[in-house]
Amino acid sequence: MADATAKHVDAHGHPTGWRRYVYSTNHKDIGTMYLIFAIIAGIIGGVLSGFMRWELAEPGIQIFKGLAAMVYGYEGDAAIDGGKQMFNVFTTAHGLIMVFFMVMPALIGGFGNWFVPIMIGAPDMAFPRMNNISFWLLPAAFTLLLMSLFFEGPPGLYGAGVGWTVYAPLSTTANPGPAVDFAILSLHLAGASSILGAINFITTIFNMRAPGMTMHKMPLFVWSILVTVFLLLLSLPVLAGAITMLLTDRNFGTTFFDPEGGGDPVLYQHLFWFFGHPEVYVLILPGFGIVSHIVSTFSKKPVFGYLGMVYAMIAIGFVGFIVWAHHMYTTGLSLNVQRYFVAATMVIAVPTGVKIFSWLATMWGGSISFRTPMLWALGFIFLFTVGGVTGVVLANAGADRVLHDTYYVVAHFHYTMSMGATFGVFAGWYYWYPKMFGIMYNEALANLHFWTLFIGANVVFFPQHFLGLAGMPRRYIDYPDAYALWNMVSSVGYLITLLSMFIFIWVIIESRMKKRVAGDNPWGEGATTLEWTLSSPPPFHQFETLPRIK
Amino acid sequence: MNTISATHSDFQDKSRKGNLRIAIICASVFVGMVGLSFAAVPLYQLFCQITGYAGTTQVSEGNVNGIIDREMSVRFDVTVSSALDWTIVPASTVTDKIGEVKVVTYRATNNSDVPVTGTASFNVAPSIAGAYFNKIECFCFTEQTLAPGESVEMPITFFLDPELDQVRELDTVNAITLSYTFYASDSRSS
Repeated sequence: MADATAKHVDAHGHPTGWRRYVYSTNHKDIGTMYLIFAIIAGIIGGVLSGFMRWELAEPGIQIFKGLAAMVYGYEGDAAIDGGKQMFNVFTTAHGLIMVFFMVMPALIGGFGNWFVPIMIGAPDMAFPRMNNISFWLLPAAFTLLLMSLFFEGPPGLYGAGVGWTVYAPLSTTANPGPAVDFAILSLHLAGASSILGAINFITTIFNMRAPGMTMHKMPLFVWSILVTVFLLLLSLPVLAGAITMLLTDRNFGTTFFDPEGGGDPVLYQHLFWFFGHPEVYVLILPGFGIVSHIVSTFSKKPVFGYLGMVYAMIAIGFVGFIVWAHHMYTTGLSLNVQRYFVAATMVIAVPTGVKIFSWLATMWGGSISFRTPMLWALGFIFLFTVGGVTGVVLANAGADRVLHDTYYVVAHFHYTMSMGATFGVFAGWYYWYPKMFGIMYNEALANLHFWTLFIGANVVFFPQHFLGLAGMPRRYIDYPDAYALWNMVSSVGYLITLLSMFIFIWVIIESRMKKRVAGDNPWGEGATTLEWTLSSPPPFHQFETLPRIK
Repeated sequence: MNTISATHSDFQDKSRKGNLRIAIICASVFVGMVGLSFAAVPLYQLFCQITGYAGTTQVSEGNVNGIIDREMSVRFDVTVSSALDWTIVPASTVTDKIGEVKVVTYRATNNSDVPVTGTASFNVAPSIAGAYFNKIECFCFTEQTLAPGESVEMPITFFLDPELDQVRELDTVNAITLSYTFYASDSRSS
């Protein structure tokens, strides 16, 4: 088999060196590029949040004044306003980078590309060249976003400080400079990349399954990616439409969101959140898939309630489309509309509960081994549940009146995203690392990475619940002294997560230096999906002989 | 080995056609959703007009539902864009039985020395009352051009639909506000 593979590869004469990656049509190489891109973007996004936490460690404006003077060359007191704008620009860039350039590339582009074809027994993705353009649109989009930091936004100030939501009229009349245009075009490109990726995954999963791999036998990770890309296909065009309207409102005199011409700024919020809410499930669903595999592997049991898990994901995806206005309780929705959105939002807790309890039931009575990926998966389940509980609180329109745009919301979505989605990413990373690269990492170090990030992220975000309940609003550079204590605690937590990121990098470097051979299946009898039947790393083209699934 | 690779390429040929079909369906879903997001603009307007959502007032020929005993005040309010150099005096509050047809007048004066065209948008607060606020005649549907220094009266003929009485959320409400916002209609292009 190894000989046959080698001959086949020679026959194709696939490019080597830099061409292997730039011209790549190979799903594994593209997946690796996505993962590296996500790590780089994640570090940049993490550094931005570091500056924010540094600034917020104490009341007053300390860091951004000097930073703005340094970066944009302000002199004297102008640097204070420049710094305030820069803080908003950093929150905006942090959000956009983490959503579009870290979590999505890692989970969908990275692990999706690597393992969806392998898990369904396909030789590659359905459209390998389209896969290449999907990836290479992302660095271009990322460059546009980084460029936006250095162009004028509001008169005399730099960057797009409009939040990741880019609400009108802040993003239209209040920011006449080109910075917001750059940010919008960046979203267009990132959206195009995701749409092409989504079409590729849907086609691959529907049409390239090996004989015997029926839909109801597909591994849960493949299901999670399938639901995810459907959400992308249906929601991203709406974002594209909304930000195109922003672009024409800004540059070509249309008035989609301007009441002077008969438009309505609230319409933008409806369109944005029709995309934005499914988007948060896009970020978390692949994590659900990964965690299902890990929990099953390290409990040495098949996942509990496979069909329930599949249809819970489909239900979450469906309900995700009809709850968007729970982000807009304070926009003057009528009582009946609020009643509907409260009820519909609470319904999401049902399929999500099905998943949480099925993971617990998978572990129940299992022979559990607490290897590194299992720690991350357990961390994911615990922290995502905490985020889910605060989500149920926020779902109530009455409670949301008080908590809207406070740090309570920041704590809520970071528990689901920063700790849910990101722990999902790291769980997948440590689960598949030996498979992707053929080498094993130092488990003691990797466990240390887990514990430092687990403690650090909790220290960062748990106090933010208190700050939010005490009324501290989000998106401000400064705050009254009353909030000083928990802000300081939160900033100290950031230092712990920073330490954990250094450990993460060190785990990679250490494993490269030691080169411990991982073997085809380092996880033993619990790892039952197709990727563990291949060598580690898998051959350049796998499944020359199609596997038959019984 | 040969037989196996034959199966393999058969499988690939068959799937290649299917691939294209699925990709085309997905692409048309994409185009359809972009279209829907733009269609949301007129649909949102239509939805507000029909349901009175977000305090959108209703247009009517006349009151067919009669008059009831409950009284309601209607306040009138105006906001003028800084780009429009007009003085606008809203009508004063009227209080009457629900169902009575009333005529009130706003007065607008152009303070500038050039002709200016203005346009207005409007809604009702509380917004749930929008569906029961019926206008028979009003000045808001068209643009209005005022000569320099010209002053004009702008009448509104309206009534409140007695079905308003059935709305539980409005049980404790005894005043409704009709609010106008005036814009210079050519301010975008200038």
